Amino acid sequence: MGVLTVNGGVKKRTVKEIKVNVDKCTGCRACELSCAAFHASPRYSSINPARARIRVLIYERTDLYVPVRATNYTPAECSGRQSYIIDKKEYSQCSFCGASCPSREHFKEPDSGLPLKCDMCEDEPPLSEPMCVQACTFGALTYEETLEEQGKEKEAKPEDLKIGLESLVNKYGPQKVTDAVTRMSLSRKG
Amino acid sequence: MRYGETGFNLEIDLSLGSIDRVETDPKLTELHLGGQGTADRILWDRVPAGVEPFSPENVLIFSSGLLVGTPVPGANRTVVNTFSSQTNLHAHSLLGGYFGAELKHAGYDKIVISGRSSELVYLWINNDKVEIRDASHLRGMGCQETAEQIKRDLKSEKIQVAAIGPAGENRVNMASIDHSHSSAARGVGSIMGDKRLKAIAIRGTKDLNIARPTELFEMCQNLRKSIAENPSVGDWMATDEDDSFHHNNFSWGNARVRRRDFWSKELEERWRNLKYKYMNRQTSCYNCSKVCHNVISFPGKPTFSYKCYGKDTYHMAAFQELDFSYEILGISQEYGLDSYSTPQVIAFALELYEAGILKDQDFPGMPVNVRERFFYLLEKIVRREGIGDILANGVSLAARQIGNGAEAYDHNTIKRFEQLPIKLGRLNPVYFLMLATGEKMAITQIEGSFPQDPLPTIEQRKEFVDGWVSVPNEKFKKYFMEWEKRDTISNEASCAICDWNEAMHYLDDATGICGFLSSFRGGQFGGRSAYHIHNMPPLISLSTGIKMDETLLWEVFQRNRTLVRALNVRRGMRRIDEKPPEDHWAIRDHDYEQKLLDDYYDFKGWNKDGIPTKETLDKLGLDYVSEDFLQKGILKDNEAASTEKEKEA
Ligand code: SF4
Ligand code: SF4
Ligand code: SF4
Repeated sequence: MGVLTVNGGVKKRTVKEIKVNVDKCTGCRACELSCAAFHASPRYSSINPARARIRVLIYERTDLYVPVRATNYTPAECSGRQSYIIDKKEYSQCSFCGASCPSREHFKEPDSGLPLKCDMCEDEPPLSEPMCVQACTFGALTYEETLEEQGKEKEAKPEDLKIGLESLVNKYGPQKVTDAVTRMSLSRKG
Repeated sequence: MRYGETGFNLEIDLSLGSIDRVETDPKLTELHLGGQGTADRILWDRVPAGVEPFSPENVLIFSSGLLVGTPVPGANRTVVNTFSSQTNLHAHSLLGGYFGAELKHAGYDKIVISGRSSELVYLWINNDKVEIRDASHLRGMGCQETAEQIKRDLKSEKIQVAAIGPAGENRVNMASIDHSHSSAARGVGSIMGDKRLKAIAIRGTKDLNIARPTELFEMCQNLRKSIAENPSVGDWMATDEDDSFHHNNFSWGNARVRRRDFWSKELEERWRNLKYKYMNRQTSCYNCSKVCHNVISFPGKPTFSYKCYGKDTYHMAAFQELDFSYEILGISQEYGLDSYSTPQVIAFALELYEAGILKDQDFPGMPVNVRERFFYLLEKIVRREGIGDILANGVSLAARQIGNGAEAYDHNTIKRFEQLPIKLGRLNPVYFLMLATGEKMAITQIEGSFPQDPLPTIEQRKEFVDGWVSVPNEKFKKYFMEWEKRDTISNEASCAICDWNEAMHYLDDATGICGFLSSFRGGQFGGRSAYHIHNMPPLISLSTGIKMDETLLWEVFQRNRTLVRALNVRRGMRRIDEKPPEDHWAIRDHDYEQKLLDDYYDFKGWNKDGIPTKETLDKLGLDYVSEDFLQKGILKDNEAASTEKEKEA
């Protein structure tokens, strides 16, 4: 989330969002493939949906197709596992949750097991739309930018970063975390 | 580093319980590409002519097409090859969905399965960790049920499974292998059953490398969009509600009765309502921007998915309506029965019963109602019980076993394989050639590059050929412009058109590109295919780094096609086997058809018996085939010379 704009003296920031329409998803997984390709280093050089920061959870028999983007890493399993009925289909709360959590395999780097996180394809120059949205020809994913007055969104506090890093180091050891950070910064340059 | 493919095959011997990861020769990829191309080379090397399909020496190969897993949209086919217990010839079969991509990400291009397990087992491929596991708890389970159980056992939803149902376990010749919303038919399910392999489960999380990433990715992003917007590609039968064509023109029952005026607007409306009432959604295969699978949940029945003519087969065989197909498809798919041939086998049995060739005692306890009779026979076939044991061999073999005049009811098979029930008035010479000589066994696996019928006016033809991107050569436009009546087209044109149709299918089956975007859409349905001979070479080069152009690609097709012919010739197939059913066209001209066949063989560089000559084989780098043929006396030393002389005379 970024881009600060000054509009009539009021500081605003662009809030980027990807809307999901689960009814329009066909399970093509082009979003996964494209996200992984975009984040490969060098760019597009390898394909691997297991590295994608978006996953389409597919339950064919119950007709659930849920594209989920990777959000935060949670070191512990959450306790909320309620289920909802939407249009006569039963979803668990878990289906919509983008957290990379110990009980799910969804958002982990296949080699290191480190959590993956959607970065909205931030790039220079910026993409017209994030890669997964560009790949979704069915309109299940749509991109929205809204301007919000600054201050509305909670700023990331430096302590959060420290706590997050500490939990990663606890889980994976300092070497793996360093490797991942190096790889990430390389892929950004690439 | 290998690009586009992994460079490794997985070799499983179920008799020994051995598992090997084997590096493959990149030269073979250049010669045959991947998919069915390289699989056929394995069949040639490993399965000698005398090997019975139902024997541990027969090999069953799952190949991910060369471009599967790359960003090329719609490249997702897994090709399954073996020798079919029904035809005793080469079996060609395809799976869509996610299976092929998962296999590549697990680090393999192919799974080559030989031997036979003593107990029912399944294969669990988890990247480098591969296990043969006990499947006794999966015995008798349906295809999707099996997939679900395996995912539960292995505690992951991300696993892709291909499985057989009870039909495959019981070696029913019409058995298919099912995965997600796709089935591989035409003779492969029974071989998997014979090997006592219930399922293959895969999870792969490895990278697939691309030779020239940026160019390829950009080209593919554009293709994905243009495919989405192109109304000529994909399966419009999945989305178009007007299905008058099949219902009014194809034959009902055991391919006997045409019902010219069956379709009506009222019926269309009723069926549309039925579909939307029970349809969950339409789904795609991996990385494709079309939706071809209608997923239906009919009350009290297993969820199923249909595409193409599959939605019509059961109710047309039973003289019922769409609701009957909805009732039976979920069950027959769970059993792992092919929905193209099985309904014909059942209709054939009921026809024999009406004719008194099969008697009451052959059908103990059979219900009176025709719908219930279909379910009754489905059960008999899938379990190989009573008459079902004979019917499970397919129409052609069953007719011979039953005898007593039953052979006359086997009137819709070629090389023992059930065909679509298309019965026509006039011969279409191109179709005659494709049906007679096609070794993928079903016309839908061969047709598509050229329209089935001429257009009435020059203006319409002109409009059609303008921007006909898929034509490899301007001569095809000329053929089409000059074509006035279905049955009047030169032999020269017929041979060239048949050849082009074959070319695109053979290339799709090597690259893994879906026919609905390519071979099946090159000319027949609007002529605006997404893939053709002109854009395949750059896609192959950018993905794999293999040097490719149109000439080289056409040669790959010829090599692959000739190798399939050679495999079948080695197993005894000859000219005499290349005949469409007698009543396929109302008016036949034996001499003309034989001349057409002569000209086609000549065009292909085959001798009068349909055997590729030494010269043809050697030119394509198949000299190991010509040596084998000469050694076995299949070809004579002076073959090429004598054919030349006959021509001169
Ligand atoms: S926005 Fe970009 S990083 Fe996030 S899921 Fe989509 S493609 Fe991946
Ligand atoms: S690209 Fe769109 S339709 Fe395809 S799986 Fe992703 S969200 Fe679903
Ligand atoms: S065109 Fe249809 S059948 Fe072919 S790959 Fe796409 S969705 Fe699958």
